Amino acid sequence: MGSRVVLMNGAALRLAIGRMAHEIAERQVVASRLVILGVQTGGVQLASRLAAELTRLCGHDVPAGQIDVSMHRDDLSQRPAPTVHPTNLPGDVNGSMVVLTDDVLHSGRTVRAALDALHDYGRPERVQLAVLIDRVGGRQLPIQADYFARRLETRPDQRVEVRWTEIGGDDRVYLETP
Amino acid sequence: MTWTRRHLLDIESLSTDELLTVLDTARGFKAVGTRAIKTVPALRGKTVINLFVEPSTRTRISFELAAKRLTADIINFSADTSSLKKGETLRDTARNLEAMNADIIIIRHTAAGAPHFLARFLQSSVVNAGDGAHEHPTQALLDVFTIRERKGRIAGLKVTIMGDILFSRVARSNIWALRKLGAEVTLCGPPTLVPRIFEKMGCRVCWNVNEGLRDADVVNLLRIQHERQRQSMFPGVGEYRAEFGLDRSRMAGLKPDVLIMHPGPINRGVEIDADTADGERSVILEQVTNGLAVRMAVLYLVTGNDPGFVKN
Repeated sequence: MGSRVVLMNGAALRLAIGRMAHEIAERQVVASRLVILGVQTGGVQLASRLAAELTRLCGHDVPAGQIDVSMHRDDLSQRPAPTVHPTNLPGDVNGSMVVLTDDVLHSGRTVRAALDALHDYGRPERVQLAVLIDRVGGRQLPIQADYFARRLETRPDQRVEVRWTEIGGDDRVYLETP
Repeated sequence: MTWTRRHLLDIESLSTDELLTVLDTARGFKAVGTRAIKTVPALRGKTVINLFVEPSTRTRISFELAAKRLTADIINFSADTSSLKKGETLRDTARNLEAMNADIIIIRHTAAGAPHFLARFLQSSVVNAGDGAHEHPTQALLDVFTIRERKGRIAGLKVTIMGDILFSRVARSNIWALRKLGAEVTLCGPPTLVPRIFEKMGCRVCWNVNEGLRDADVVNLLRIQHERQRQSMFPGVGEYRAEFGLDRSRMAGLKPDVLIMHPGPINRGVEIDADTADGERSVILEQVTNGLAVRMAVLYLVTGNDPGFVKN
């Protein structure tokens, strides 16, 4: 029997994103060069919400962008080709302070691909990682999140789903167990 | 939106969904060509072979560059410097290439069905780069990509394909693609080159140039395929130009936002005059740019597979 539990509701999501924005702002040496880049497609909403919060906190525009990683994945010949989405960088990444965002951090392979994809566009001064759910235990690469909303132990067969209202969801985070 | 094919052999067998998957994927790859770093590692370590039994420069270079932008290794193989000249069969040539662990074989051949033949026994992916007068799928894909990008849609558009339809694989692939995506297709040219049998593919056949062009949103001009015509199908080049050539005066009767397309190579002064070919309604060079993006998308999609769920 499968189960589906709510890990975070809308209020918890708002509070957590607000807290992450504060942490990001606090740790910036040069906040004026901050860029939030959402990994296509799961990280896009988190990036725009964090950027909006940070714009309010910092008192100047913190831009959000999107980066597609499908052409940089390492499993192309093992599965159907992933859908290619647009990459949209707000300005030059050279010398910028990039915060990559994704909804879930698990194996770390998506983030590895995102770092490679980003590298094709230039050399940021620093790259950090912000995720909503940090799934402990499934990591296949030495990659860690600098900011996260929740960190939890999961089994490989479980699935975390973030349903953003921007794309027709209910602003909740679910954990599905088969 | 999932692609599960191992080969791209023709447009005829593709679903509308699969066509749209290629077009959407190509959009992502077009952006790669405008960056400072124009390569992505999607096909790193893969070997691609351009097996061009019929000569071509444009398509071969486009596939070659597409493979290189995906970080694949590519070998060019042309018939006149190969063992095909010494009597080796196509099957043996292809099996030899496969024995060298080629991942993708791109084939152009004078015989219709040659790619399908290879796909029956090869483990490698096969991509059709033109087979006789049958199909030229990547040309049709880049044509509809260009139309979609410029017009925002395909469905409901009136597209006139003009010239040598009978001997044209470009026309056949275009007709399949345009019909599947909901365009209205008119074929225009002399009756000898535009037989009524094409009505069975869901097209309007029109032998009068003014009528064929009047409402067109897109005009796709085809070259007269001298090399495929056993006897002359019309009195002469001057005659063809006078009857069907697109020039400034004919352009005046067309919709102001019409797109003028041509797969190349252009015979200036025959099917199109220089003013029109270089004019502001012409998207001929955009087609070349888009061809690269579409071919990158095709190579990317056929590589993404697993023996567990391939369809063909």
